[in-house]
Parts: sequence; structure tokens; C-alpha cells
Amino acid sequence: MTAHAATAHEHPTPALYFRIAITLFVLTALEVSGYEVARRGAPALLAQVVAPIITEILVVLSAAKFALVAMFYMHLKQDSKVFSTLFVFPIIIATVIIIALMTLFSYLHYLHPLGK
Amino acid sequence: MSDAHAEHLESSTGLDNRKMAIWTFIGSECLFFASLISTYLVYKGKSKIGPLPHETSQCMLHGQMQQCDHIFEIPLVTAGTAVLLFSSFFVVLALYGAQRGNRRMLIGWLSATVLCGLFFVGMQAYEFTHFVHKGLGFTTNLFGSTFFTLTGFHGGHVTMGVIWLSTVLVLAIRGKLPPEKALNLELAALYWHFVDVVWIVIFPVVYLMK
Repeated sequence: MTAHAATAHEHPTPALYFRIAITLFVLTALEVSGYEVARRGAPALLAQVVAPIITEILVVLSAAKFALVAMFYMHLKQDSKVFSTLFVFPIIIATVIIIALMTLFSYLHYLHPLGK
Repeated sequence: MSDAHAEHLESSTGLDNRKMAIWTFIGSECLFFASLISTYLVYKGKSKIGPLPHETSQCMLHGQMQQCDHIFEIPLVTAGTAVLLFSSFFVVLALYGAQRGNRRMLIGWLSATVLCGLFFVGMQAYEFTHFVHKGLGFTTNLFGSTFFTLTGFHGGHVTMGVIWLSTVLVLAIRGKLPPEKALNLELAALYWHFVDVVWIVIFPVVYLMK
């Protein structure tokens, strides 16, 4: 198999790229709207639902945007699985690093609060 | 060897070695930004003195302790985020044009991408200056140190991306980016998308989560 054949693939069309861009824009608008609703506490009914889970909402929306860009704009959906592995494996390690450090420092802060 | 063959440098995997290199580099960059994001999260909410991102606080301004307002300008950063997201859309359209020999599409959308990148860098330069005027420097508090380190490194990456894309744009304008050399733009575009996905994570973590 030649390199050209291995990397040759049918890319998405401009129409699909446009739909992805609009989706990314809408998801960003949802993120900021959620933040504003939680911050202002208004509308009250919506704020009661959104405020307690705003972090989870932001994580899900952010992950969706990340996946859309990686799959369609970075062409991981069409390209060789080797490239997906080179990207996804470090992301898994990165996520583990973030969670591990936050857990470790939360525990250390619990044992030795700053300034005490 | 033809030019077309010379453009596709095969590795033992059968894949182009330059594309393997850029994906490996992007993978290593994920770990770099993970360490910066971790540091920001670990020290989040632990500053003893203002200015703070979301709350009013006591801070040292013009040599005396004062009441400082929250520091973030969410509408400005949201505009910058939207522009960066659209720049990713523009660069895939430029690549689409490059792969099909559509020079007008390539140059037009690539120029738009570079302008979006410049807007984002300008937005960040304005934001940093604004923060300094409000009393938040690199060594003011834990928030300042971690915020400027994380967003500053990202801004540096955006600047590198703008420079890279600008050099490709110059090649395209000179007619030195035929379809068989579209990979030159694809590599720059992959780096640009990576810069975009990093901001997709940084924006909610830094600006929207309290």
C-alpha cells in the first residue's frame, strides 16, 4: 500500500463543514447561556435546574465540541486509525493526570489548608 | 521521482511521515496543556488576595488595599471563542479548495483564517492589558500566575499558528501550493484545529466554571 493510498480518503463536503460550524456555535451559546443563568439566578425556575449541575453541563458540551472538531475538522473519522490512536491515547493520559492531580491536591489541602 | 511522489513520504506504517510527526507532536502537546490545566484547577479558589475571576475581593491597587470587582469580561472572550471556532471552519474550506486546485477558495478562506487568528491574539493582548490595569499581574496571586501561564501559552500557540498559516498563505499567493502539495496546508490546519480544541477546553474551565 502506498502512502498516498493509505491517507487518501473522501473528505466531508463544505455543507457538512458548515453544519458542524453552526453546531459548534450553538453549543458555545448554550455554554455561555448556562453560565449566565447560573450566575444571575434568573429565570428562577431554569436557574434552580441548571445551577447545581452547571459544571457537568459545561463538561458535556465542551466534550461534544472537542469530539466534533477532532472527528470532522481534523478528519479523524476518515483518516487512518493510527492517527486516532496517536491523539486519543495522550488525551486519556492527560485526563487521568488532571483527575489524579486534582484528587491528590484536594486531599493535601484537606490535610494542610493553605495559610494555616 | 515525480513531484507528486516526492510529496508523499512513506513511513514503515504506510502513512506519510510528516502527518505521523504532526500527530505525535499534537499528542505530546495534549500532555503539556494537561499539566497547565491541572495546575490551574489545583490552585483554583486558593488565592488569598484579589482581583478574583468571579467575585468582588480586596486587592492591592495603586499602592493601597481596595475593593475590586470581578475581573472577567465574558462577552469579549465569548466573541474571541466564536471567532476561533469559525477560523477552524474557514481553514477546512481553504484545505478543500487546495486539494481541488481552487486557488480563489484557498486564498480567500486562508486569509479569513489568518485574520480570525489575529483577532483572537489581539483580543487576548487587550484582555491581558486590561487585567494589568485592574491590578492583576503575573505574581499578584495564585489565580494571576496560573491564569497568565495557561492562557499565555495558548496565546503563544495561536501566534505560532498564525505565523505558520501566513507562510502557507504566501506560498498559495505565489502559486506554489498546487493540489499535490496540499498536505503542507493540511499539516498547518491540523495544528490550528488542535489550538482550537485546546481553547474549547480552556474556555469553560477558566471562564465559565466557578
